Formats: sequence, C-alpha cells, structure tokens
Amino acid sequence: MSYISLSDKDKKEMMGKIGISSLDELFRSIPKDIKLKRELNVPPPMTELELIQLFDRISQKNNYQNFISFLGAGAYRHVIPYIVDYLSSRGEFISPYTPYQPEVSQGTLQVIFEFQTLICQLTGMDIANASLYDGASAAAEAVLMAHRLKGRPKVLVAKTLHPHYRRVIQTYVKNLGVEIEEIKYSETGEADIKDLKGKLDDKISAFVTQSPNFMGITENLEKISDLAHSVRALSVAVIAEPISLGIFEAPGKLGADIVAGEGQSFGIPLSFGGPYLGFMACGEEFIRQFPGRIAGQTKDVNGNRGFVLTLSTREQHIRRERATSNICTNQAWCALRATIFLETLGGEGLKELAWQNIQKASYALEKLSQIKGVKRKFKGNSFNEFVLEFSGGFKKISGFLRKKGIIGGLNIGEYYPELKKCALVCVTEMHKRGDIDRLGAVLKESLKAK
Amino acid sequence: MIREPLIFEISEKGKRAFSLPELDVPSKKDILRNLPVRNEIEGFPQVSEVEVIRHFTRLSQTNHCIDVGFYPLGSCTMKYNPKINEKIASLLEFNSSHPAAPLDLIQGNLEVLKTTEELLVELTGMDAFCLQPAAGAQGELVGMMLIRAYLGEKGDPRKIVLIPDSAHGTNPSSAHLCGYRVQEIQSNKNGTIDLQSLAQNMTKDVAALMITNPNTLGIFEVDIKKIAEIVHSKGGFIYMDGANMNALIGVCRPGDMDVDVIHLNLHKTFSTPHGGGGPGSGPVGVKRVLKPYLPLPIIERKREKYYLNFDSPKSIGKVHSFYGNYLVIVKALTYILSLGCEGLKEVSEIAVLNSNYIRKSLEREYFLKYKTPTLHECVFSDKFQREYGVENIDIAKRLIDFGLHPPTMSFPLIVRGALMTEPTETESKRDLDLFIDAMKQISKEAKKNPEVVKYAPHVSYVRRLDETTAARNPILRWTEKKKLSRKE
Repeated sequence: MSYISLSDKDKKEMMGKIGISSLDELFRSIPKDIKLKRELNVPPPMTELELIQLFDRISQKNNYQNFISFLGAGAYRHVIPYIVDYLSSRGEFISPYTPYQPEVSQGTLQVIFEFQTLICQLTGMDIANASLYDGASAAAEAVLMAHRLKGRPKVLVAKTLHPHYRRVIQTYVKNLGVEIEEIKYSETGEADIKDLKGKLDDKISAFVTQSPNFMGITENLEKISDLAHSVRALSVAVIAEPISLGIFEAPGKLGADIVAGEGQSFGIPLSFGGPYLGFMACGEEFIRQFPGRIAGQTKDVNGNRGFVLTLSTREQHIRRERATSNICTNQAWCALRATIFLETLGGEGLKELAWQNIQKASYALEKLSQIKGVKRKFKGNSFNEFVLEFSGGFKKISGFLRKKGIIGGLNIGEYYPELKKCALVCVTEMHKRGDIDRLGAVLKESLKAK
Repeated sequence: MIREPLIFEISEKGKRAFSLPELDVPSKKDILRNLPVRNEIEGFPQVSEVEVIRHFTRLSQTNHCIDVGFYPLGSCTMKYNPKINEKIASLLEFNSSHPAAPLDLIQGNLEVLKTTEELLVELTGMDAFCLQPAAGAQGELVGMMLIRAYLGEKGDPRKIVLIPDSAHGTNPSSAHLCGYRVQEIQSNKNGTIDLQSLAQNMTKDVAALMITNPNTLGIFEVDIKKIAEIVHSKGGFIYMDGANMNALIGVCRPGDMDVDVIHLNLHKTFSTPHGGGGPGSGPVGVKRVLKPYLPLPIIERKREKYYLNFDSPKSIGKVHSFYGNYLVIVKALTYILSLGCEGLKEVSEIAVLNSNYIRKSLEREYFLKYKTPTLHECVFSDKFQREYGVENIDIAKRLIDFGLHPPTMSFPLIVRGALMTEPTETESKRDLDLFIDAMKQISKEAKKNPEVVKYAPHVSYVRRLDETTAARNPILRWTEKKKLSRKE
C-alpha cells in the first residue's frame, strides 16, 4: 500500500519549482558517510488483503478468548455498550491533534471538560486532569506530586497496591531522592493499621493505598486518611477498579487528598494491557502542583461559552524543566471512550453494574470457598475480586482447569511469595451464573482427582 | 447553529441509555453492610441513547481532523491514519486478550511485539528496542534513566544534561524528572548546534546531550558525527528525540550517526491516530551497552516460542502497568508492513518534497530566519507581518477561516513568532496549494486589511476564546450551582 497523494506530474512540477531534478537532491544536507547505502531490510509492500490474511493468521495464535477466564488484577473485562465503539471511531474524534487550537477543537475540549467533571463526581474531588498514561503512571505522578507538596523524604505505600504500580513508582522516584517504604497487610487483607501507625511520622509525605486493593479487599479509607493527616501527611487513594465507585463512597468524601487510578473498566477493551486510561483528581488547593493537561471553560469574543486547555504554565511546553510533569501526549481518546461509557450508563447504570459485580463475586466466593481444600484467604470485604487458598497449591489445579477451558485466576504467589498457594479470582457482570457454577464443579473434580 | 450543551445540562432522572441482563445469582440485600456506600453519584448524567448519539456526533462536528483536512503542525507529523490499521487492531483476538493471560495463549501478541521491535531496530540502526513507553515523553524519561543507570553503576551518574535551545519542552522536563540539571546549548547562525559552545559545556559532569535530528527547525545536524565525538570523548551519551524521524526513514539511521539512545513516536512517523491528544507510543531504542538496563519484561524467542523475561537484574524496572500501548503498536506494525521497504523510503522523500515545495512557495511572503536547507518541515515567522501589527497567532487563527489547521507556534523558542510547518507525505498537491494560497492571501490581508486577520477566525463554531480569563478564574468542571439556562 502507499498513502502518497502526488501524481508523477505533481512531483515533476514541484521539483521544478524547488529547482531540483531528483528526489535525492532533497537530502544533500545529509553527509554522505552516514547515508544508508543499501535498501532497508523490510519485506516488500503488502496490500490490504495480504495484511488481513497475515494478521488473521498471527491473531489466531492467541487463544485466550476461547476460555472462561477469571483474571482481573488491574485489567477487567466489562460490558461495553456498542455506541462507545460507534462514536469513538468517528474520524472527527480519532484523527484530530491535541486541542491547542480551541476554535477548531471544541468537540475534543468539551469531551475533556465532561470527563473531568465525571471523574470529580466519581472521586468526590474538586479537579481532575484530562488523563495520564495508565493506573501505574498515575500512581507514580501522585507520589511525585505529594512529594512536591510536602517536601518530606519518604512515601509510604501499601503492599496491597498493585505490584506493577509499586514497581513503576520505584522506577519514577529512583533518581529523585524519594524513599519508598511498604506497609504490610493484615489478616483481613487490609493495610495493617499497626504497621502504618508505627511508620507514620513527620518524615512522611504521603500514604498510598489502593481500594479495593490488589487482594480485592476494600480498605477503610476514612481511618487511613485520618491517620495520614495526624502527621500532616497526604492520603493518596488509588482506584484500579473504578466500577467500584458506582456503589462505594467517593474517596474524596472519606478524606483522600489525591485520587489516582486506572479507567480501563470504563469502556476500554482488555487490549493486552494498553492503551488504558490513567486518571487523577485532587482538591483545588493543590492545583499548581497538579500534573497533566486540563480543560477549562471560558467565553469567546461573542460571549459564547467555549473550552480551552488552561493553566498550561504548569506544563512542559511553557515551564520546560520546571514543569509539574513531563507528560505531553496523554490518553485523550481513551478518556473519550470512558466519557461515552459513563454518560451512556448514567449514575443508575453504573450503580447497577457495580451491584451485579459485587453480587456475582460474592456468590462465587461463597460457592468456591465451600469446596473442600479451598479456603477464602482474607476476611475483609471484597468487591469483584478475592483470594482463594488451595491446600495443595494452585499451580496443578490451574493446569487442570485449563484443560477444561477455564483460566481460574492469577497465580498471586508470583508477586507475594507468602501466598504461593493462592489465586486471585475476578468475577464481573460478564460471567454468567453457569460460568461460576462450572468453575466450582471443575474445581471440585480437580481436587477429587488428586 | 446548535450550541451543544453539556450533557449534565440535559440530564433528567428516569432516562436511560443502558440496560443489563437480570442478575442471575441470588441477590444478597445486606451485602453492603459495614461498607462505605454512596446513595447516588451526585450530578451524574441520566440521558437517553439518542441523546448520547446526538451529543457526541454534534460535538465531533466542531473538530478539525486529519480526515477532513490539512494539518501543517510542525514536529507533530499529522499524516493520514490508514483505516486498515484500525481494522487490524480491532481483531477480537488482539483487543480482548488479558495482559496476564498464560503465555501460550497470547503467542500472537508477543509475535506482534517482537516483530515490531525487530523492524524498528532495522529502521533506526539501533541494537535493541523496548516498546513499553506510552508516549514520546515517557520514552525520553526511560532513555535518560537508562543512561543514568549505566553511569551510576560506573560510579558517577553525573549532574547535567545538555539540550539545544531549539528543543521541544519535554526534553528539559524529562531530563529534570530523571534528576538532572539542564544546561542549554546555543544554536549557531545556521540553526544547528554550535560546536564551540558544545565543547565548552561538555565536561565530565555531563551525562548526555539530547538532540533532535533533523532539529525542530527541520535542519539536519550536519556535524552529528563530530558532536557525538565531543560528547563520547568525555564519557557522555547522545540521546536523540526521534520526533522528526519522518525525514529520515530509509535515508539514514540514527544508529549509524553514533546515537546511543533514541525514542520514536509511533503516533507521528508510524501513522497511528493522535486521538485528540493520545494514546501515543514512545518506543526506546538503544545501543548494546545500554541494553541490560531496558525496562521489564524483555520479550524473547526460543525455538519459535515467545516468552517474557523478567530476570534482568540491571533493568531500570517498569514504566507501564503492562506492556505499553499494545493496540497502538499493532497499528504501527500494520503500517510498516503495508508500506514495506520501498514505501517507507518514499515516505521521507515525499515528506521532504512537500515541505520544500511549501518553503519555496512561501519564502517571499514569510520570513525564514535560517536559510539553511531543510528537510520535512520549515519554520517561518511573522516578522514581515508584525510590521502591520499582525502576529503569528493572528495568521494561525485566520487560516481557520480557510478550513485549514494552524501551524505550530509554541516553539522553537529561538524563532520569535514561529510558524512551524510540516505537511507530511500524505497531502495532495491540491491541498498543499490550498494552504499556500491561503497563506499568501493572509500575507496580503496583513498589509491591506490587518483587522480581518487580527479578529479571525470569523466563521468557526466559536470565535477567539478568552484564554486569560480561563487561567485566572479557572472553571474546570461543571457544577450544579452554576447550571446555565438552556437558552444560554
């Protein structure tokens, strides 16, 4: 394929205008000794038909979609209303640039403004940005922001924060002199309050908790935030499964100062991990240290309402090395999908979706933990994920389930060696009762088989 | 003209655009006991499906986009986004696979990633690639971290990063985020790096020089080899911002110019859509010495099977929740394979032809600060028009009345009143001429009727917006209290 729009005649005319006789002359400024003196070692061009055939073949080497899967762990399969695909694939939404020229970008800008509003409503915060890369980098940006605001050397992070998020935070802070210390989890699967109390002092900028956490357990954000505030540290709440906000109280109302999270659950397919949608919100008193693009409302010369990117003196293209973050390109189109998703569901739809998740997961937890050899690991309250302990370990069982067309969950021992017999199981509205019952039946069978 | 309200302003209780199947497990009424529950999500909209469709369709129609017209944004490479790329990325097996799925069930995904890495290695002449960074700026950050990790291990991470005064704002910002102090290098009268200034500033405290080649003026750094020699002789690294790779594909390779680290922007050079600001993808390529420091996991192939290697003790760690913006990478791979060997080189040839055609056509009407030959873009300025009180922003806004998108104005900072123009290879001569004619017309207007330029745009959905008030009295979300009447 070629996407060139010039005819030979055009090229000739244009070369004539420039005053050259061959295209090579255009590159005269490049020294000869660094020019590539051979053809690129890339296959010859392919037609659309060949591309479809090739990628059909490659994609068929994936076989995940033929399994009943109970994987979650930061990437969730949820219903996506068809109009999310339909609207987001419009050329006017997918092919524009960043809306730096507001007069020709009102669509994108108003969508961002609505997205910011929805995130504020969900999180109970005053301001939200136009998006960040993903949950992990949003958590890292929240840590950096808390550090800028407080200027204290340490940040406490719950060990039940997604292991990948913790890893990304470590990478981001490594060269900036911020020390990260982890807070253990208790028998309930929540952040260990005793450990937290012992480590909170005036050297701490913030405590970062995820809720529901990586074990699927809901944290007591109110208590945690009070404790953080008792040493004048900030409480950072990370939301990796934002469908939970359909029924759980907004973190902002429970004392969180900064909320960062992953918006993939809002209308974005699993996509093998990306593109996803980082989001971030906070109180308006922190606006000068807030990272990322923000849209704001204003008026045009005729007095009509319009939207612009604003407060850009925080950003790299104005502030350069003194910017609050280096982020430029974000995940705007994913934010658009989330906006369409949330406005289609509405408050009632989101609440019902959350309700079905918690009900189905609870049904599954009850059913599965009754099986001999299977135990519910943590007593805390869960949303749509929970940890099961298998007396004989999970690895063998997982293999057995696979043979029966089921992916039973995540082998959580890879991240927490002390949980090596455990699996993290996720149940959403996409699982039919029959799927859950089948998981139960096959589990029983596998445990008997041993 | 219909002025589309905010969705919150048309929301009414009882409307619905969504329904779920009945809950098929026994419902436990007391399930939320002991949990912090919310009654409702305050202010959340409630509308019908038709209203959602009309809302977003009307909003979409107020956007300029590449499917509608020309986008001469410099250093942004707004080329056509082939539709087949979208189709391939939407294949169910690609877009419905879970990032933690067992490896034998996602061999297709891993093959896509590995193949893309290998092709990028060939296109750039680097030794290895990592596809994890989600955008160019994250790629820059990773690149700087790799350098810092290497130098740190040798005993001294150093303190300074040198950056030319023509650089994009993310460069200094990324260096800073990696714990470095930024020192600016002045450009010479040709618009390229001044070797003397570089040599003076290049000390053993300097970790790297971040360059863009061709630079943001569209000028190739002809002394790139000497520049690399100066930096390497003091133990520093050459980091190249690959934002302008569209000028070089198949012509020359950063790896052959002694560049040590590079990031590419798949949403620029490799045609993936900008989506109104993202998602992008910012793969990082390195020379062999920096390979052990690349982010985790590393994709490897053994006997026709792909797997993920997490065992790389020197790695800087992770920068993404999973493996990067996977579906963006699928689109870029589709693009590379569709163009193939000849098509890729043609990209750069025609991109440079189009740009030089614009330059030649407008160089009398618009001031060119640097007369040096340029490749895929060139930076005009408003110097001639300023005599009549017309500035670059006015010219930009007037272009909107012609159905065209303005060029880039925010940088390079070394050209006052910059109009940085990059046409890319996909524009037709007819569209280039539309732009050229409009620019000539505006130049005439600036002399004869400057008011028409200064108060542009005249025919857009909104007219010039008050950005000062937006920043001074920020309204960053809709709130019920400020609910505007429908008429407004």
